[in-house]
Parts: sequence; structure tokens; C-alpha cells
Amino acid sequence: MAEPHRAAAARRRRRALARRGLGDFWASATTRQALDALQFTLIVSLVVAAIIAAFGTLVAWVLVRDSFRGKGFVNALIDLPFALPTIVAGLTLLALYGPSSPIGVNVAFTKVAVAMALLFVTLPFVIRSVQPVLIELDREMEEAAASLGASAFTTFRRIIFPNLVPAILSGAALAFSRALGEFGSIILLSGNIPFDTQVSSVYAFKQIESDNIDGAAAVSVVLLVVALAVLLGIRGLERWRA
Amino acid sequence: MIQVHNVTKRFGDFVALDDVSIDVPDGSLTALLGPSGSGKSTLLRVIAGLEQPDHGEVEVGGEAATHLPAQKRDVGFVFQHYAAFKHMTVRDNVAFGLTIRKRPKDHVKSKVDELLELVGLAGFQNRYPAQLSGGQRQRMALARALAIEPRVLLLDEPFGALDANVRADLRAWLRRLHDEVHVTTVLVTHDQEEAMEVAGNLVVLRDGRVEQTGSPRDVYDHPANDFVMGFIGPVSRLDGALVRPHDLLLSDEPVDGAEEAMVARVVHLGFEVRVELVRTGGEEVVAQLTKAEADTLELRDGAIVWLRSPLPRDPGVGVVGKTRDAVG
Amino acid sequence: MARLTLRVVALGYLGALLVVPVAVVFYRTFENGLGAVWDSVTTPAAISAFWLTLEVALIAVPLNAIFGVLAALALVRGRFPGKRLFDALIDLPFAVSPIVVGLALLLVWGVDGWFGGLGVQVIFSVPGIVLATIFVSLPFVAREVAPVLREIGDEQEQAAATLGANGWQTFRRVTLPAIRWGLVYGVVLATARAIGEFGAVSVVSGKIAGETETLTLLVEKRFQNFDLAGAYAASALLAAIALVTLAAMTILNRRREEST
Repeated sequence: MAEPHRAAAARRRRRALARRGLGDFWASATTRQALDALQFTLIVSLVVAAIIAAFGTLVAWVLVRDSFRGKGFVNALIDLPFALPTIVAGLTLLALYGPSSPIGVNVAFTKVAVAMALLFVTLPFVIRSVQPVLIELDREMEEAAASLGASAFTTFRRIIFPNLVPAILSGAALAFSRALGEFGSIILLSGNIPFDTQVSSVYAFKQIESDNIDGAAAVSVVLLVVALAVLLGIRGLERWRA
Repeated sequence: MIQVHNVTKRFGDFVALDDVSIDVPDGSLTALLGPSGSGKSTLLRVIAGLEQPDHGEVEVGGEAATHLPAQKRDVGFVFQHYAAFKHMTVRDNVAFGLTIRKRPKDHVKSKVDELLELVGLAGFQNRYPAQLSGGQRQRMALARALAIEPRVLLLDEPFGALDANVRADLRAWLRRLHDEVHVTTVLVTHDQEEAMEVAGNLVVLRDGRVEQTGSPRDVYDHPANDFVMGFIGPVSRLDGALVRPHDLLLSDEPVDGAEEAMVARVVHLGFEVRVELVRTGGEEVVAQLTKAEADTLELRDGAIVWLRSPLPRDPGVGVVGKTRDAVG
Repeated sequence: MARLTLRVVALGYLGALLVVPVAVVFYRTFENGLGAVWDSVTTPAAISAFWLTLEVALIAVPLNAIFGVLAALALVRGRFPGKRLFDALIDLPFAVSPIVVGLALLLVWGVDGWFGGLGVQVIFSVPGIVLATIFVSLPFVAREVAPVLREIGDEQEQAAATLGANGWQTFRRVTLPAIRWGLVYGVVLATARAIGEFGAVSVVSGKIAGETETLTLLVEKRFQNFDLAGAYAASALLAAIALVTLAAMTILNRRREEST
């Protein structure tokens, strides 16, 4: 960035700061675009957390209770989203489900694309929280249920599932809070269309880029508060579990 | 009546059950007794339908059960570690089998209360398993198994995870319970004392085979082989033959057919006294006396006594004689 | 049958979301031949981005390793007011949006920020990137080491103390060997995160090519400039690092299980 440009930016920022006050702050947090982005972010994160809860439990189940060739490899692969940079994750999904998709599926720049990106980056959460619980789960409880006449499905519904609920919830809550703030994987995929695919973190980023620090800060505070609330909620959940 | 015909079960290369056949009479309390790895738990799990045998047949109540899943066998199973449903109250635990069978609510409630009364847990309905002691959890598990009015009750080392004194209480309690409800019961245990005390019938297993069946007294007095003899009670070895320590006779003066031995240590166990002896060849032998007998003999460490086995001696006797000559 | 259905659904889900996309990126990268890939990862901008990424990780990760061990010791062995709050705060970087992290740094170190007047160039330069990276990779070591510390208990440390070892000797000869696999695992995770961080870095870096552009920023810039092949090549490099990380995690997990 060139020096004169930087100086101009600083000047603008100083003016913005002078304007700063709680009323302004609230006004920037509640612009229609910001609100819409926040609403979409919350909804898509909730949907993703729900999908992750269901599929995560399923995958954890298969990894613990099933046996097949290459299970160890699959198990190692689960952590890939933790290891892969988010920007690469976004590009990766775009390569398969974008305009030049080899399988003819193009969801780029849609809400579905945002959800897919979030599903990718939050994939391990529920799996990794349910897996140890499932491994430690007392198999004799299931045998006891069977000898008392319970079918496999009843045993799952009444014995296994209730014991997994805390782990599923805490995994899904982590996924939710991660999804709320996710940025890197979304920026390439979403197209950042206001009132459509724009999520709060990308909105905040655009505000920073256009020197509207107040607007960015307002949205950030909201994200921060929700994230903190989820974090404390998980803490409470873990204490309840123990 | 439970009948097991020629059941074989392998886990990989390990043969857990090797052509096992047993009959468990109706209304009896039978103990499957054996060291760990003898196949006793596997046999119980085969009866329950929790394991499928590789070969052989299982009949429960005169009905072929080999291919019946555990759900359909009407078997009450109690696990060593209780297998309590942690997330359910005591009431819901005991009611589980009945709700599966969709029994009416008031019937379930009265049945549960009745059973909790029977196992001495009345008033614990709304507790969670974590709030119970081990013994209470196991009694809850028993009530849960009994709730479905099973044709047979199967107990897999039910007292194995409990403290010694709780275990002793529960044994006596189980015996009384069985006298009350009369359900055909099979108990797995590695503890011969527990088996002798509780069961009317013993099945002794080793390495996946049945070594002997019979009443506790039968098996104790007429063990089929050295393994059963050694497993069912304490033994001393005298010239290759196994003897019960309390069968050995001691006297303070030379007796016909007796050999000299030195007292190495006298251990007072209350009513009984254990005497560790060293024979002239350096072999160690343990004898067991009552306190009165020991007092009469005035046993002290280092004293010389004469040791005699009541059993007819095999050819090894000659050796004893020679040794005595050498000493005398 | 039910088991097979579950397996197929689970593997299909993982395949569609994880395996196939990553495979396609590698395929796209190499479809134009190795030469093109080599050229695009050896441009001056790419090489400088690679070294910057490495430099940042080399500063951030050791600092976080030290902090992580200290924090874990404080959390498990220590007793101080506000411990619970501290425990929750350590996880904050897991839950907070990287954009929020970047913005916070901007507000503190920016021209108009609290420390903006100190005359230290943090924003739009390497220190800013390092700070952002330290923040986002902060919890990993502490979160891996703390459970190990809890599990081994303090008996061994007390035994060492009764044998005359001082605090440092006890740590170096008893505690550290016991936590080493957890520590290494945490370092691997922190390194992966440090190399891969994008959002927070993208707020504070200024994206000056050859100066403050990390590998992840390079991927985005090339993508925005319609240099798809170049973006794929840089991505493949990062993905390769991620796969190595994954392999390391798998091996370390096995080690950890063996050592307990």
C-alpha cells in the first residue's frame, strides 16, 4: 500500500472514530444489510450444526462399531478439515462443485455453497466428540437391553442415543460457533452477494476494507458475544455431563 | 430346564468351548465354576443368546433356542459390572423390559414396586444408578432381570466387582431369593467358596471342557481328577498324591505309617490352625488342624511331629519308609 | 444389511465432502503437467510467500508451545482465583471469528489504536501477521497437554520432590517426558493452523506482494486475479502440508496410546 493512501485511510479512520458513540454503534450493527447477513449466518450455522450432528453421529458409529478395510485411513482423514487451510478448503469445494465442476454440479455463489463450506470445516467436531464416548460406552448395557427384549433400534433409541446426547450437543455447539465466524472457506464460494449469500464475517471484512471500522466492530461484537455464550454453554454442558 | 448339547465356540484360534454338554434342571441353582479362560462366561452367554455357538444346540424350557436372538429367549441376564442404564432412574431401569413388552402403565408400576421391595430397594425408585452403592446396583440389575419373569436367570460373576463383606451378604441373600422365586438360575463364578455356598449343582470347567458335574459335596468329596480337587479346595501334595490339608494327621509321637517332619511355622486363623511343615527330604507340606488339636500337640516352630495321610498309599509309600529309616 | 447401508452412507458423505474435492484439486493442479506447477510455485512472489509463512510459523509456534505448557500447568496444577475464567478464555480463539481477531489487532495496533501512537509498525507488516497467528493457534498446545497432565497426576512429581529434585529438575526429568507426545501433538496442530490461517492474517497483512503475503493470501489473490492454475498450485502445496500434518497426527496418536 502506498504511503499517501495509507495516510488518507488514517485520516478517514480518525474521522470515523470521532463520530463513534453507542448510538452510532447500534446503528451500524443494525443496518439492513448487516442484519440480513447476521440472520443468514445464524440460520445457516444452525442448519449446518444440525446436519453435522446427524451425520457426525452416523460416521462416529460406523468408525467405532463397523469394521472394513481402510477404516484406519478413513479415521485419519476425518481430521483433514483441521489440517487444511480454510482458503484451500473453499477452493477445493469450488473445484468440484463450482462453474468448472467435472460432475456438472455448480452451486457456486449460492446459499448451498456457503452451507457446504461450513459442513466441510466443521466436519470433525461431532465425530471427534462422539467417538470416544461411543468407544467407552458399556457394551453390557446394550446386551442387557437385548436380553430384556429390546430390538436393535429400540436399544439405540433408548440406551445408546441418550448416552451420546451430551457429546453430540457439545460437538454441534462447537461446530455452530465455528460456523458463525468462518471466513476463509466461504470467501471464494459465497460470491458475497448482499441479502443472499453474505455472511457476517465476510460482511465485517468488507466493512474493514472500506474503512467502516465501526460497522465491522459492531458485527464483530455480536459474533463475539454469541461465540462466548456458546463456549460457556458448552462448559456448562460438560460440567453437567460429569 | 436348560440343555446344552455339544456346543463349540471359537474366538479366532482360541477355543472357548470345546464340545460342551450340560443339563440344568428346572428350579435349580447351578454354578459354572472354573478359572478364568475356562469358558464358563462364554457358556452362559451362549445360553443367553449373546454369543452364537459354532456348533451344537441350546434348548431352553424344552424349546430349541440355538437360533433364537437374545431378545426372544426370555432370559434374565445379570452382568458382573451391573450394566445399569446410567441415564435412567432405578424405576425406569427395572421397568425397561416391561415397557419394551408394552405392558400397561399401572401394571408396570406395581410390578416394579413389588420387585424393588423383594430386592430391598423400596424407596429408591427415583434414584439414578450413580447414587447407589455397588451392591445396590447389582440388586437393581437383578430386579430388572426378574421383571420380565424370565424362564431362566443367568448371573455372570454377579458379585465379582463387590467388596468381600458385601459379597458374602449378597450370596446369602441370593440363596434366600432363589428359595423364594424358584427361577432356574445359572451362576458363573471363579470363586469355589461362592459356588459351594450358593449353588445346589456345580459344573466345573477347564479350557472349554466340562471336568465334572454334581452337588457341591459330591464334587468336594469325590473329585474326578487332580484339577477338580485342586480347584475346589486347598490341597497339599504328599509324594505326588493330592491330600486335603485337614485330612493330614499329626501326632507328637511316632505312629505306624507316619513320617517325621519339622514344624516351620504355625499360623493361627481363629478356629483353624495352619501348620507349615518341612519333611526330612526338604519338601514343604501344609496341614490344617482345629485350634484344640493344635493346642494338645503344643506345636512350636522347630518342633518335630509325625505326619500321616489317611488315604491308601500308592507305591510311593516305600520312599516314605526309607526316609524314616534314614532318620531313625 | 443395515450395517452396510450405514457404512455406505457414512463413506459417501465423507467422500463427497472430503475426499473427492481434495482429489480434484490435485488433479486440476497437475493436469497441465509438473512443469507448470513448478513454475507457478517458484515465482518470486510464491517463494517469498512460502518463506514468510514459514517464518511466521517458526515464531508463533515455539512461543505458543511455551505458553501452552505453562497454561496447562497452571490449569491443572495451579490454584488461583479466576481459574475457571482463564480456562474458558484459553478456548476463545477456537470460537472467535478470525475476522474479529484481525479487527481486534487493528483496533489495538492500528494507526488510531491504543498502541498506534508507539510508532511500531504492526498492522500491514510481519509483526501483525505474527500476532494474528499466535492468537489463532494459541489454545492447541494447552488443550493437548492439560488432559495428559491431569491423567498422570502429581504423584510422580511428588516422588521426585521427596528424592530431592527441585522444581526445574522435576519438570525436565519427570513432567516433560510424560507430556512429550501430547506436547508434540499440540505443536503439530498449532503448526497446521499457523500455516493455514487466512482470515485474521488477511485483515492485518495489507497483502503486499513479496512483503506481507503469506501462502494462503497468495492463493486468494491468484484466484481473484483469475490465475486459477496458480491458485491450484499454491493450494496443492498447502494441501500437501496438511496431508503431512495428518500423517504426523496419526502416528503421534498411536505413540500416545502406546505410551499410556
